[in-house]
Amino acid sequence: MATSNVTIDEAGSEERPLLEIRDLAISFQTAGGEFQAVKNAHLTIMPGETVAIVGESGSGKSTTALAAIGLLPENGRVSGGQILLDGEDISHAPERRMIELRGNTIGMVPQDPMSNLNPVWKIGYQVRETLRANGKPNAPADVARVLGEAGLPDSARRAKQYPHEFSGGMRQRALIAIGLSCQPRLLIADEPTSALDVTVQRQILDHLETMTAELGTAVLLITHDLGLAAERADKVVVMYRGNVVEAGPSLELLRNPQHPYTQRLVASAPSLASRRIQAAKAEGIETEELLAPTEAVVEKALSDDVLKVESLSKVFKLRSGVGKSTDFTAVDNVSFNVKRGTTTAIVGESGSGKSTVAQMVLNLLAPTSGRIVFDGVDTSTLNSREIFKFRRRVQPIFQDPYGSLDPMYNIFRTIEEPLRTHKIGDKASREKKVRELLDQVALPQSTMQRYPNELSGGQRQRVAIARALALDPEVIICDEAVSALDVLVQAQVLNLLAELQSNLGLTYLFITHDLAVVRQIADHVCVMQKGKLVETGSTDDVFDSPQQDYTKALLNAIPGASLMLPPVVA
Amino acid sequence: MTQYILRRLLQVIPVFLGTTLLVYFMVFALPGDPIRALFGDRPPSEAVIAALRQQYNLDQPFWVQYGLFLKNLFTFNLGVDFTGQPIAATLGRIFPVTAMLAVEALAIQAVFGVAFGLIAGLRKGKIFDSTVLVASLVVIAVPTFVLGFVLQLVVGVQLGWAKPTVGSNADWGTLVLPATVLGLVSFAYVLRLTRASVIENMNADYVRTATAKGLSRPRVVLAHILRNSMIPVVTYLGANLGGLMGGAIVTEGIFNVPGVGQKLYQAVIRSEGPTVVAIVSVLVLVFVAANLLVDLLYAWLDPRIRYEK
Repeated sequence: MATSNVTIDEAGSEERPLLEIRDLAISFQTAGGEFQAVKNAHLTIMPGETVAIVGESGSGKSTTALAAIGLLPENGRVSGGQILLDGEDISHAPERRMIELRGNTIGMVPQDPMSNLNPVWKIGYQVRETLRANGKPNAPADVARVLGEAGLPDSARRAKQYPHEFSGGMRQRALIAIGLSCQPRLLIADEPTSALDVTVQRQILDHLETMTAELGTAVLLITHDLGLAAERADKVVVMYRGNVVEAGPSLELLRNPQHPYTQRLVASAPSLASRRIQAAKAEGIETEELLAPTEAVVEKALSDDVLKVESLSKVFKLRSGVGKSTDFTAVDNVSFNVKRGTTTAIVGESGSGKSTVAQMVLNLLAPTSGRIVFDGVDTSTLNSREIFKFRRRVQPIFQDPYGSLDPMYNIFRTIEEPLRTHKIGDKASREKKVRELLDQVALPQSTMQRYPNELSGGQRQRVAIARALALDPEVIICDEAVSALDVLVQAQVLNLLAELQSNLGLTYLFITHDLAVVRQIADHVCVMQKGKLVETGSTDDVFDSPQQDYTKALLNAIPGASLMLPPVVA
Repeated sequence: MTQYILRRLLQVIPVFLGTTLLVYFMVFALPGDPIRALFGDRPPSEAVIAALRQQYNLDQPFWVQYGLFLKNLFTFNLGVDFTGQPIAATLGRIFPVTAMLAVEALAIQAVFGVAFGLIAGLRKGKIFDSTVLVASLVVIAVPTFVLGFVLQLVVGVQLGWAKPTVGSNADWGTLVLPATVLGLVSFAYVLRLTRASVIENMNADYVRTATAKGLSRPRVVLAHILRNSMIPVVTYLGANLGGLMGGAIVTEGIFNVPGVGQKLYQAVIRSEGPTVVAIVSVLVLVFVAANLLVDLLYAWLDPRIRYEK
């Protein structure tokens, strides 16, 4: 029963809920006064049940979950409401009581596997101290068993390694092992897989599901991905600006969202949107209509290949002793063409070599063999002056909008810098150009005097786009350009890119691990695996009839892919 | 690992030759005649001066002097200084004293610096933190000789808690006062470094995860916050050991410590080339050893750093 307000189906439940959050309010003490992060949150989790909280960053979903395990940051406090764990209000419980509960009653699997393991201790030690602190047997054999149960192969040996010797997926397994090591009754999983590749994500979530089902652990899953939430949880709670705006059984909520915010979220969730296109297709609606912004460009795209990549390979030498080295082939004989005015996506998991291809196309890295032909000229033959000109025509947008903008430059200087470097125009004309660029990326001109840290992630990425556009390039290489953004912001930025493409006739080379994004923006797809190009074709062909097992696996791993949804009118 | 250490030790050779050559040249280039300076206002006969010159090879050109020095060094014959004392014996006397002083100063700054820094970091913005920060700033701002004389007067003379001067019988007890003065300046840096590092680490994700595992607060603080914060601090302390071994001319002067600093100062004043270069040679070795130690410590503290072979 999807009710748009407070309570979730409590009638007839004889069992007592394991966790019940009532009218929860949380405020933070900041320099600018008191800030209400959570205003009105409620949710109920029955023993063994999985409940997902969905919302964008800043919606208060993580804060709510952290309050339940007593881990609010120092400046945060519960300013109202109750958190009932098995009937006991723990919202203001003393730290001593929380230490008792943490680990063996409430476990946690945190978001980022890279930063949540202490780099200076061995994995086994970090598991062991958890067992010891909660009074469980903690011999090396127990540690190995706990790690093994979380799906870590060869766990006895692995326990003796340090976190940096683990891949992201393996670290997340170790964190799951830690979270579940003391058989807690409730597990808080805060975006447990958002930092991982889709196929790894799927394996880990499957494993987590199996483990919690076996142990009868209730799970509070925090995610920004509605598709993932619907697929994994019994109930979904949608949070927006500190309020629970909607709650109910997952599928019902997705099929029939009541609150306008939920409707927008359903409409822009990329994983669901891709399904929507296919569902729409079945009903006879032309795909092109749904991809309107790119339509005009498709027509323009003649047979003009602006970029040709021919048998490109890159071999890195890895040192393996004095004077010895082993070859590591990062990119293996890759060929593809990019037509002017279209979008080509290179898809693959981390380690597939897709970013190495991007670096070589940008002429930042020399290929071991093969050619990159830009507008009829082999880029390896360019001299330094020609490379300078080449850079004007090919611009990058990188993944991390926090790292790719200089924090000491204000936005005007950031966008103006490429113009100055290439000695274009005088001061006045450059300023005019910056204003135009800000208009193009839909940022107010007053942004010019602000600094990157004063902007949101989406705004920063718009600044990065404006900077890339400053030199009127022909080709833009987007290396995971929207991966770090929330879904709604991601949708806005993708729309902006599509719009700019149709207005300016830009060519995009889109590097991404996210097939759902590819579906929304690309005309052609190249799927890479372990340095090789395994499949290439038009986006529709690849999505509708993938030829390779690997591509199928990637497509299946999109969260929410298994959910059939009717088209949503948003 | 062994190969790495060997490679580092091989690097000592050019470093050693380079520094001794440089120092030898600088002493050689000092204005004035060291022999005449020895006798002050009543110059001896020219014959005596010539004999002395010959004895100390001062009549030879620079390259010959340096070559003779190296030859003597490798045959473990450091010669005698201008007062006729064997230089090797002098080194054997002054280095243990300075080593004791350095270790004691290092211990003082490490123990107090880390302890105060940890507490200040954990209580960032509270009264303890602010007080400690201001106090450490005062310590940094006041010059060593002021601090030295004040402590000598107050603690050594008026209160009588420690011996105001060290003299010829240096031991751990008599060195407490100079070690404190020497340690105080770096203590302030160790404190600030520890504090900054603790503040950075206590908000790290893995610290939150450690708390979420159900660990007690002391365990989180010691095993996760302090342990990780020690990486830059230990590096700093290690590098500091080399500096402290170089002797503290001012501190050793104030407290009359018969150590490296005082001896080096006298030798420079007298243009005693062989003594200066002998002391500096040992110091070069000490510095190289201290640096190697720091690098190895660093790898031990942070498992992400591993030296290739």
